[in-house]
Amino acid sequence: MSILRVENLTKTYTSGGRELTVLHGVNFTLEPGDTFAIVGPSGSGKTTLLGLCAGLDRASSGSVYLNDIRLDTLNEDQRAAIRNQYVGFIFQNFQLLPTLTALENVMVPLELRGEKGAAKTAQALLDRVGLGQRGHHYPTQLSGGEQQRVSLARAFANRPKLLFADEPTGNLDADTSATVVDLLFELNREAGTTLVLVTHDMELASRTQRIIRIKGGTVVTDTKERKSERVEE
Amino acid sequence: MDSPHFQTNLLPRPDAGWLFRMAWRDSRRSRQRLLLFMSAIVLGIAALVAINSFGDNLAQSIDDQARELLGADLVLSTNDPKKEKLFYPLLKKVTPTTSQTINGLNVVDSPYEYTNEISFASMVSFPKNQGVRLAQVKNLTLGVSNFGSQNSYPYYGEWQIVPQSAEKLWRDQLQKRPKPYYALVDDALMVQFGAQVGDSVQVGGVSYKIIGRVLKTPGQSTVTTTVAPTVFLPFVAEDLLQRGSRVSYKYYFRFTDGTDVEKIIKQVGPKLEKEGINYDTVAGRKKQTGRAFGDLTKFLSLVAFVALLLGCVGVASAVQLYVKEKIASVAILRTLGASGRQAFLIYLIQTAIMGFLGAAIGALVGSAIQLILPRIFSNFLPVTVETSLSFPAILGGLGTGLLISVLFSLLPLLAIRNVSPLRAIRNSYEDDLSGRDPLRWLVYLLVIAFMVGFAYLQTQNLMLAIGFTGGLLLAFGILTALGLGLIWLVRRFFPASWSYVWRQSLANLYRPNNQTLILVTSIGLGAFLIATLYLTQGLLLGQVELSASGKQPNMVLFDIQNEQLGGVKKLVAEQKLPVLQQVPVVTMRLSDINGKTDHVNRNDTTARPPKWAFTREYRVTYRDTLISSEKLVSGKAPYQADGAVYISVEKPFFDRMHLKLGDTLNFNVQGAPIQTIVGGTRDVEWNRVQTNFLVVFPSGVLEQAPQFHVLMTRVPNNQVSAQLQRGLVSQFPNVSAIDLGLILKTVDEILGQISFVIQFMALFSILTGLLVLASSVVISKFQRLRESVLLRTLGASREQILSITVLEYGLLGLLAALSGIVLSIAGTWGLAQFVFEVPYKPAVLPLVVVASLVTVMTILIGVFNSREVLSRPPLDVLRAEV
Ligand SMILES: Nc1ncnc2c1ncn2[C@@H]1O[C@H](COP(=O)(O)OP(=O)(O)O)[C@@H](O)[C@H]1O
Ligand SMILES: [Mg+2]
Repeated sequence: MSILRVENLTKTYTSGGRELTVLHGVNFTLEPGDTFAIVGPSGSGKTTLLGLCAGLDRASSGSVYLNDIRLDTLNEDQRAAIRNQYVGFIFQNFQLLPTLTALENVMVPLELRGEKGAAKTAQALLDRVGLGQRGHHYPTQLSGGEQQRVSLARAFANRPKLLFADEPTGNLDADTSATVVDLLFELNREAGTTLVLVTHDMELASRTQRIIRIKGGTVVTDTKERKSERVEE
Repeated sequence: MDSPHFQTNLLPRPDAGWLFRMAWRDSRRSRQRLLLFMSAIVLGIAALVAINSFGDNLAQSIDDQARELLGADLVLSTNDPKKEKLFYPLLKKVTPTTSQTINGLNVVDSPYEYTNEISFASMVSFPKNQGVRLAQVKNLTLGVSNFGSQNSYPYYGEWQIVPQSAEKLWRDQLQKRPKPYYALVDDALMVQFGAQVGDSVQVGGVSYKIIGRVLKTPGQSTVTTTVAPTVFLPFVAEDLLQRGSRVSYKYYFRFTDGTDVEKIIKQVGPKLEKEGINYDTVAGRKKQTGRAFGDLTKFLSLVAFVALLLGCVGVASAVQLYVKEKIASVAILRTLGASGRQAFLIYLIQTAIMGFLGAAIGALVGSAIQLILPRIFSNFLPVTVETSLSFPAILGGLGTGLLISVLFSLLPLLAIRNVSPLRAIRNSYEDDLSGRDPLRWLVYLLVIAFMVGFAYLQTQNLMLAIGFTGGLLLAFGILTALGLGLIWLVRRFFPASWSYVWRQSLANLYRPNNQTLILVTSIGLGAFLIATLYLTQGLLLGQVELSASGKQPNMVLFDIQNEQLGGVKKLVAEQKLPVLQQVPVVTMRLSDINGKTDHVNRNDTTARPPKWAFTREYRVTYRDTLISSEKLVSGKAPYQADGAVYISVEKPFFDRMHLKLGDTLNFNVQGAPIQTIVGGTRDVEWNRVQTNFLVVFPSGVLEQAPQFHVLMTRVPNNQVSAQLQRGLVSQFPNVSAIDLGLILKTVDEILGQISFVIQFMALFSILTGLLVLASSVVISKFQRLRESVLLRTLGASREQILSITVLEYGLLGLLAALSGIVLSIAGTWGLAQFVFEVPYKPAVLPLVVVASLVTVMTILIGVFNSREVLSRPPLDVLRAEV
């Protein structure tokens, strides 16, 4: 049983009549509860890969199994439901809903599941990231670091099995970054979530248990190469 | 491997309440703006609710005041006074006669009384000011009076007379016959000649004392009195009636309370009709008036609907910009697991609520506006309208507003369903939102179905509803094409060498997210309505004035008796005026066509001549040639051959009568039968001061028949005209004169009254356009703020930015006004060319005024809404969130 399995994933963009293959047959398998880093230079296809893994986009060929559910056979709304059930997100530019308060932002994933007591759970999460007093503030009234902490709270709100973080510190200064990253790993440990961290920052990547390095759309090194190959067979 | 773990029942299922909560939360920061988008429908709904409320109240008032409309329980009319003899025997059979015993004698009373009215056109003069003109004369006398001396027409309804005491004097004199007789004169006539109560008025050589001015007669609107101002008299000289023009006789009946007049009419109606007596009952008048005004308010509500549609197009374009802004939020929601449908519903709920609020405000405003409508329409109304809230109209307005704002918002909102969550991780991601979503076509279809459905509900006529929708789409299409064309011209011939300020403001017209098209359509349509109004008014007046040119006659003298002809000619000659034309006129009736009064000589029974063909009076002249205003279409000019009389018939009349050349027409010329054969048809130019005839006889047939003459002359000015009329009135009181000045004045007054109503309606359209403008300025404010800050950091002065703004909106307003005016000129040119057949020279001044007003208003609204951009310091603006 794996939490995320990627088989022979290829993504080709067509723009202006010209084809650009961004991912060339990527394979890997992630076990539950681990932390992973996908690293590579800018433009190497990391975000593309993450988008495919989270079911935000469709691959040109190959498949993605999330919690053993094959994503490419589902339609967009079914994949949205999967995301709400199993997936959390942290974005480089926070992506809080600007018209909602911090508390309401954290409540959204819970409310989408129709859960009772969303406000209480969300408040507890805000307390956990140290923003218990800021729940009624709008994103524009929070600093970058604070916004990213709200987004951490939101990401853990639906107790995801899998958390994707795309350059979570890309828009933050060094000090703030450190706080957010510490918080991210703490929460992850407490929740027992599988973390997939996308970054070009090797220092950050080194805090994970396994590093998959991609370049030009192919996996060049995988610190647990053999393990993933064995599962595939 | 497939997906065994995934089941649809695992789909997240928030309750509907969450959608509403999200809609509410999300709107928090843009509520004012959303309301502003929706304000575009406020005026349309307001107009609709106002007109429909007014229509409901008017219908109610007509219902309530139907008896007052008629002024009696029953009106019989005929043009033969001898028929009065028939009333008693006819009515005796069907009315319960009350018999009572007084002093041992059995007295039988008919249960009704009536007032006679003889009405005809005649010259009236006001000796004090030497004023003379043609007017309607109504001679009221008591026919049968049963219920006391105070009773005479009007039996019901208020006769507004100043001073009020005059009414009693008037009613009394019908029995007492004072010398001189008293007259009541329509206010319009008194004002025209500066006459006062106490002055005298002369009709047919008899002098009457004016005891009151009539402000309103039951059942008459101001417009009716404008066309034919009336003098009420209790007695007129007998010879005036015999020698005067067409006289009609009316009998106003009042029955004892509780009489079922409808039942009486059911019994005697056919007999009355057979005798050529027309009847008008309260129920009939109610129906007729109700229908006429129902049609009017329905027409106006369609005009209001146009303003509403304009607003909706504005709403759609505002929502489109709003959706663009919300796409990032939608993408985030989607990454969090919301379905496309949920995201779509959140924003649909927002717009629906705002649409409902817009409609509610509209209904409120409309209910207020309807209070002033009776005043605006007062000149047309025969009844006083009681205003009260009309709940059907308000509910209708709310429903219409909600439905139509949602329908139009759907077009941009549909795109939300297709927003990809990828946008959340990739800023530059462009998904195909303009895509050919098949649902869009469904929405278009629904919009058109709604338009047709609405028009159908209003008019109950499917063809009309389809025509209305088609016409509207065409007008929108043409305006859009004009707008696109103008934008294209600006781009194509972009004046690259002009100053920066000019180039920037011109470029703003076609920059992304521009509102140029929608504004050109909405403001353009308003400008079109107003410009068309003025141009058509000009056309109508121009047509009348045409006959003022050159040597065309501009005054007609008619009802000249044979023995008066010489005297009248002498009088004209004394004034040094020419006799341009002199025409004999013989009146006659048509007895039959080819011996039949039914479906003449066709097997086709639909080709029967209209009924009135055999009841109307024909005024016929005789001559052997056609005159300059006539053109031969078929056959020959009138002639006699082998003892047969070949007449010439006007072509459209010929067609309506379903005649053929060679058909036999038998006429009754005041007792003497004359057989004629249709020998030719001719076209007649009616738009001249000229006598024109449906039927012309050859000479040599009618010379000995009783006849009168019409004489045409040309007066150089009003003074000479008045002098001639005064001379006529004193020497030949039965001769009537009408001059072009009087026609022009009447046409002008009526147009003035109509144009006010049309202007009022066009105003809604223009105001809607300005509201759309205001909301579009607010929507694009952020973009503009950034630009202007950028410009200012680059060193642009505040004046430069103000100039750009003024120029941009000036150009926009001008574009819109020009589009409307171009369309209007095209339309009225068509009217001039094909309908009125007059040379087309549009009045430039009103067009310039319309264009400037629209432009200035656009600039004011634009600059007012941009004031923040202009006044705030750049840094402030950058920090501000929108
Ligand atoms: N929609 C698209 N159309 C065409 N090319 C794209 C599109 N999205 C991404 N790319 C290209 O794919 C490559 C990989 O991009 P990305 O996955 O964002 O890289 P990374 O996240 O590693 O920086 C880049 O060269 C980018 O330009
Ligand atoms: Mg990236």
